[in-house]
Amino acid sequence: MSGAAALLVLADGRFPAGGHAHSGGAEAAVRAGRVRSASDLAEFCRGRLHTAGLTAAALAAAAAAGHDPLVLDEAADARTPSPALRRTARRLGRQLMRAARATWPGPDLDALAAARPKGAHQPVVLGLAARSAGLGPLDAAQAAAYESISSPATAVVRLLSLDPLEATAVLARLAPAADEVARQAEAAAQGAVEELPAASAPLLEITAEQHAAWQVRLFAS
Amino acid sequence: MHLDHAAPCPERHTASVTLPDGRRRALRVGLGGPVGSGKTATVAALCRALRDRYSLAVVTNDIYTREDAAFLLREAVLPPERITAVETGACPHTAIRDDISANLEAVEDLEDEAGPLDLVLVESGGDNLTATFSKGLVDVQIFVIDVAGGDDIPRKGGPGVTTADLLVVNKTDLAPYVGSDLAGMARDAEQQRGALPVLFQSLRTEPGVLPLADWVREQCAAWAATHAAPDAGTAALPA
Amino acid sequence: MTEAAAAPRSAASVSARARITAVPDGRGGTALPLLSGAGPVAPRRTRSADPAAARVTLVGAMSAPLSGDRLALEVRAEAGAALRVDGSAATLALPGRTAEPARYDVRLEVGEGGRLHWLPEQLVSVRGSRLRQHLRAEVARGGRLVVRDEQVLGRAGEEPGRLSSRLTVRYGGRPLFDQQLDLGPGAPGWDGGAVLGGHRAVGQLLLVGTEERDAGPLLARPLGESAVVTPLAGPALLVTAVAPDALRLRHVLDTALTFTSW
Repeated sequence: MSGAAALLVLADGRFPAGGHAHSGGAEAAVRAGRVRSASDLAEFCRGRLHTAGLTAAALAAAAAAGHDPLVLDEAADARTPSPALRRTARRLGRQLMRAARATWPGPDLDALAAARPKGAHQPVVLGLAARSAGLGPLDAAQAAAYESISSPATAVVRLLSLDPLEATAVLARLAPAADEVARQAEAAAQGAVEELPAASAPLLEITAEQHAAWQVRLFAS
Repeated sequence: MHLDHAAPCPERHTASVTLPDGRRRALRVGLGGPVGSGKTATVAALCRALRDRYSLAVVTNDIYTREDAAFLLREAVLPPERITAVETGACPHTAIRDDISANLEAVEDLEDEAGPLDLVLVESGGDNLTATFSKGLVDVQIFVIDVAGGDDIPRKGGPGVTTADLLVVNKTDLAPYVGSDLAGMARDAEQQRGALPVLFQSLRTEPGVLPLADWVREQCAAWAATHAAPDAGTAALPA
Repeated sequence: MTEAAAAPRSAASVSARARITAVPDGRGGTALPLLSGAGPVAPRRTRSADPAAARVTLVGAMSAPLSGDRLALEVRAEAGAALRVDGSAATLALPGRTAEPARYDVRLEVGEGGRLHWLPEQLVSVRGSRLRQHLRAEVARGGRLVVRDEQVLGRAGEEPGRLSSRLTVRYGGRPLFDQQLDLGPGAPGWDGGAVLGGHRAVGQLLLVGTEERDAGPLLARPLGESAVVTPLAGPALLVTAVAPDALRLRHVLDTALTFTSW
């Protein structure tokens, strides 16, 4: 690991990049009754980590490894069939871009911001931000993998009034799996962009569109 | 990078005074305060009072709906393209203070798509007495409380009451009905705020929102005077 | 490509390849100059309801693929040709004598102005089986492709095997859609609230080439509680559905196929 503290800054839940307003699909799962307890949350997070989390981690690792971010952005589009999730990914990418340019400014970030003024997919921006912070592909993958589970865990604490100690214990127990996903992502990022993982979760795709149409909701996604 | 000119914030991530094209950006006024104190009604009244004079837009921060934005749309205080709702993930104070990125984007998009603008009103979701706006998001902030929420609020203080550029005590017409002591509220507010101004307001009786609108106009004038021209030594871009 | 992985092969496993090529017959119909295959994937020309299109039905020993088998299928609808490929029965992924997963590789190619409907029957992942399938499609600009892809997790009341299925589509030489499902025991979190949530059938209907439609803008919309229609970033429409069983899954996808009028 090239800069442990920089990675902590990047992966901090308080890093001001808009994540706090998103539940990673957890709000829809709670409403559908699929997440009611800490053990449901653990299975939800495990599924998300190995699907959307792995895909995001691989895109982030590939961006950190120096693959063309616009090619990766197109690959992210192909891996995100839900328009609601594409909008979310680009919105979060734009917010992360702002924070990244304030914290670790650099020409790669400037170029992507100019090419995608309304936002590139968040994992691509995350990978470039990591690169700009002097971090490597594994670090970027680790940040993406962790974020794929920390976001629903934080949201479920608010949605279910779940004991925050239990929710954090869920994350701690998933930590070895998140490390493994990050290693897979880093390995995949050494190959061609079209071979990057495309793991997906049908319920996340289906419920994202339902959630986007709700009139009353706590989270933006 | 950009060492050759005076811009303190060359990136567009903070409240830089100029837009990318070199124009001065709009003054951003935050309105915060507890749930039910009348923020949305005040914003609606301000829009009606100021829309003929200024090019203005509104960002709302709802807690779990887009109801405030929907109210403003229904009341037709501004055209729809000048009203944007930000979703706050159950934490309205986070979206205006700790992580302002969604609000900044909303303000910038309004400048891009409905601009040029003179004034943007950013209304927070109803929150607690500690919720204040980040200086990275707004230039001045108004804290709105109301007499029915308890006449001890000014005495209790908190960052909103003590540090806002203007404290509005709303719904003064209700004071006799809820037994609130307006004079006591004024004394307590002065003790907490020193020289910072306090405005007692009732939207249902004359003069309504006009004193507040006058205060906002003064802020707009001061903003224009301070950042008058690209050579005023602020964040000007080289010609 | 389909023969790429070089692992020791069990003597009991099967390697089979089938190929179908459709071209315009010059009289407003479609001819099949190439139609080859045997064993587990045997293509037969069958009667087509659409006079412009040829129809091929995959028949034969549908108990394959067994673990360790390698099946490959190449289907081309050349410029101006119209082809529909369907199946006579569900495909069962069964356990074999080897721990090596079975591989099923499908390559679809559609030329400019070509039409290809790829509508096989369901794939049923039987307890103890291991199957990796990858469908790759290359659609030229102006071509149209319909893909129906249904996976059923176990026979009635049975625990499923391990199934990994990837669908990769390029349109006009650019990536359009890429998605992989990894389901069954051993796939982490597959039955949790993010992935299947207790459902035992999952399917997709993909319609590529929607820029040829003269309808209005394509909007996402839910189809009940457990399915959704989504426009992709490129010219394509995807229906994603989960269901308790194969029958209800097919009902949702059939409904979607009807309203899209393809």
